[in-house]
Amino acid sequence: METLWSRLRQDRIGTISLGIVLAYLALILAAALGLVSAGWNREVGLPYATPSLLGVQPSLEAALPAGAARPRGTSPDLSAVDPLAPKYAEWARRTAELEVSEPERSATLPWGGDRWGRDVLDKAVKGSQVSIAVGVAAALFATLIGTLLGAFAGFYGGKTNDFLEWLYNVFTSVPGILLVFALAAVLRSGGLSKVFASGIWMVVIILAVTGWTGMYRLVRAEYMKHRSREYVLAAQAIGASAGSRMFVHILPNVGHVILVQLSLLVVAFIKVEVILSFLGLGVPVDMVSWGTMLSEAQTELVIGKWWQLAAATVFMAVFLTAFSMLTDSLRDALDPKLR
Amino acid sequence: MTPLVAVANLRVSFRLGRERTLEAVRGVSFDIRQDATLALVGESGSGKTVSAMSILRLLPENAIVDPASRIVYGGENLLAAPPGRLRALRGREISAVFQEPMSSLNPVLTVGEQVAEVLRLHRRMAPRQALERAAELLAEVGIPEPRARLRAYPHELSGGQQQRVMIAMAIANEPKLLIADEPTTALDVTVQRQVLELIARLRERHRMSVLFISHDLGLVGEIADDVVVMREGEVRESGPTERIFSAPQDPYTRALLACRPRLDARPRRLPVIDDFMRGGATTGTTLERPPASANLIEAKHLRKEFRLRIGWFASRSLHAVRDVSFGISRGRTVGLVGESGSGKTTVAMLVMRLLEASGGEARLEDTDLLRLSPAQMMAFRRRIQIVFQNPYASLNPRLSIGRSLMEPMRIHRLGADDAERVEQARRLLQRVGLPQDAMHRYPHEFSGGQRQRIAIARALAVEPEVLICDEPVSALDVSVQATVLNLLLDLQEERGLAYLFISHDLAVVKYMSDEVLVMREGEVVERGAPEAIYRDPQHEYTRKLLAAIPRGLARAESP
Repeated sequence: METLWSRLRQDRIGTISLGIVLAYLALILAAALGLVSAGWNREVGLPYATPSLLGVQPSLEAALPAGAARPRGTSPDLSAVDPLAPKYAEWARRTAELEVSEPERSATLPWGGDRWGRDVLDKAVKGSQVSIAVGVAAALFATLIGTLLGAFAGFYGGKTNDFLEWLYNVFTSVPGILLVFALAAVLRSGGLSKVFASGIWMVVIILAVTGWTGMYRLVRAEYMKHRSREYVLAAQAIGASAGSRMFVHILPNVGHVILVQLSLLVVAFIKVEVILSFLGLGVPVDMVSWGTMLSEAQTELVIGKWWQLAAATVFMAVFLTAFSMLTDSLRDALDPKLR
Repeated sequence: MTPLVAVANLRVSFRLGRERTLEAVRGVSFDIRQDATLALVGESGSGKTVSAMSILRLLPENAIVDPASRIVYGGENLLAAPPGRLRALRGREISAVFQEPMSSLNPVLTVGEQVAEVLRLHRRMAPRQALERAAELLAEVGIPEPRARLRAYPHELSGGQQQRVMIAMAIANEPKLLIADEPTTALDVTVQRQVLELIARLRERHRMSVLFISHDLGLVGEIADDVVVMREGEVRESGPTERIFSAPQDPYTRALLACRPRLDARPRRLPVIDDFMRGGATTGTTLERPPASANLIEAKHLRKEFRLRIGWFASRSLHAVRDVSFGISRGRTVGLVGESGSGKTTVAMLVMRLLEASGGEARLEDTDLLRLSPAQMMAFRRRIQIVFQNPYASLNPRLSIGRSLMEPMRIHRLGADDAERVEQARRLLQRVGLPQDAMHRYPHEFSGGQRQRIAIARALAVEPEVLICDEPVSALDVSVQATVLNLLLDLQEERGLAYLFISHDLAVVKYMSDEVLVMREGEVVERGAPEAIYRDPQHEYTRKLLAAIPRGLARAESP
């Protein structure tokens, strides 16, 4: 591990990427603990508050001529026919008892506000927490499934391989998005719906169960290639068990393939989460993710409010780029040949 | 007469990382005469291939050629020639044949297309005409039914035929110089002989020059007019072949000449390079072998069939091994010799239970290994071990040497704890002659000979009684072979190991073994004491194998 660390540090891009990814992780942790962005859901600004840099911009209402908003004249007296008329006084009294306070709404926010006046920067931070958690957790799950099944199919071949290939074919023969819908329907309304009440886990499971197939094929091919290599035969000759040959001997030698595929999966899953949230199958409405931000941004962009789109895109692009670079460097650092 | 190519003061280094460079060739000079063969001889890493490829400038990206170096061809310094000029020369006036014919040919194009391509590129021949000429060329390099073979794909040809195709492509444009980079190293001995003869014949007929690169001085003696011996990027000695063989000046040349096992003598240990470099201490005594006693391991009527499916329902069986029997007692060696495809490696795999046999038995003392369940076999794996041919493939590249050595001990619960196992691993490394710091390094940091020592150390880690050596020195340079063979003999004397020694090289098998089995197409065609087989071979195939062994110059061989 020591050498891995020292080798990664020699790689400038790797170190920078690692720094960025660690910063994101710290941010996520802080968000999860409620240290930052805990109040992302509060309406702290005017609707579509502009970013501070741009200064206050004239709102749509201010642009209207004074008085244009109110119709003139008095409304006719309907109390004779209105069945609710006797209640009005009562309601008015009760309303007067409640204290209504309009929060202080600022005209500008650091990175602007959304339709409800929520801080976009806070939303982006909180959204990072959800999106990255979903992407990474789902990718790890999918990698676990794909690697295990691929290792067994490739190493043992024969009947095991036939069965797993059949399973793979079943999964890949259904159009991906249809499979996602079907799973979502089962998980949401079936007997399992209570288990995955929190919503975010449901998305993780859906992505993992539909996304392991590519990893499976790659790992299987690698294992088929390696199982008859001499170093594996040599391990068998000294009495190493099948499990040890599969996971102690072959796995480190195919690790780079898995790592690269893992990074691609994280990227892909974060994007799929966006699509799912957009379609209403993703994270629940009381949560925010990059996906929900992007789907809101779609309508905002039409009226020229670009900042929510910018926030989600920048956060996502920086993380995904740094993450891909990091896995690349990690693969190089793990390869003893490049030492 | 001016030389065809004059290489003067060639220096090539390689960039490694940001600041480090490695000097591969340090001031090498030699002349290639017209209409003659020059051989570059040296171990791997001696810079012979880099020197030769500098002529065509087929060097890796990170190579730096010193500006003072000169390679003069026809009055022109090739090192200063523009890329376009070099492209015109390559394949037309100077062409090359490489070591691995299988990876040098494009697997998805037919042989005819590939030979014709060379003709169309440099001679602008029409496709039809080029194919005609390709057939003539294939006939010239001795491929039977050349017209039918034009439509064959590389994998349909044997290794020897593939190398012939490569040669046909190289001579297609009647080059003035043919660079042959270890063209026979990947081939069987009998095929090696045929390819050598072919190159010599073509050289004479086309009056071209050949630059022949090899690690085997004995082989070079048969084909070269001049020899350049290289070591560590420098020329140690150069001169006419007769002089090099009859009166070698440099101790390194003398060492190279002596370290190949000879058919007519059996010294106690083979002389190695270091002996000569330090001042030449040769062992005079002959090798003494223990007498035969009760068999420790005995194989009877071993049989292996592979079923090949050739259709939906039909299948054909391929007999890889038929009826092979042998017995080895403690401290003795049985040699198995044959060409590739003769089934000798399959025999090793059957005895190790790395492949399931179709019939026969393999008894270790009283237990038939072939009847054991996998769990029972586990216990016996401790007693019988194997060293594979290719030390580059048989060590796990991701495990440090220490972990590789300790794994078998952990599996078989040898040693009380890891500290004891580390100690034992250190002792093993020392025994096979490797430095202590090897423990924490990885296989790719070692040379082929060192890796084979590591593989031997790993096999010995479980203190086996039987060691199967499957071509343990075939992938190594001739000069390194001797040190590994000596190590195997030392270990056998110390520990009373029984060896099953497999090789395609009859000279090596004869030196190592007490009994020799000659295999061909899965069958043992001849067996007996090594001297008897050498003196009086009965089977025609054995005679062919014997005749194919390179002997250097006939004059140098005779006492």
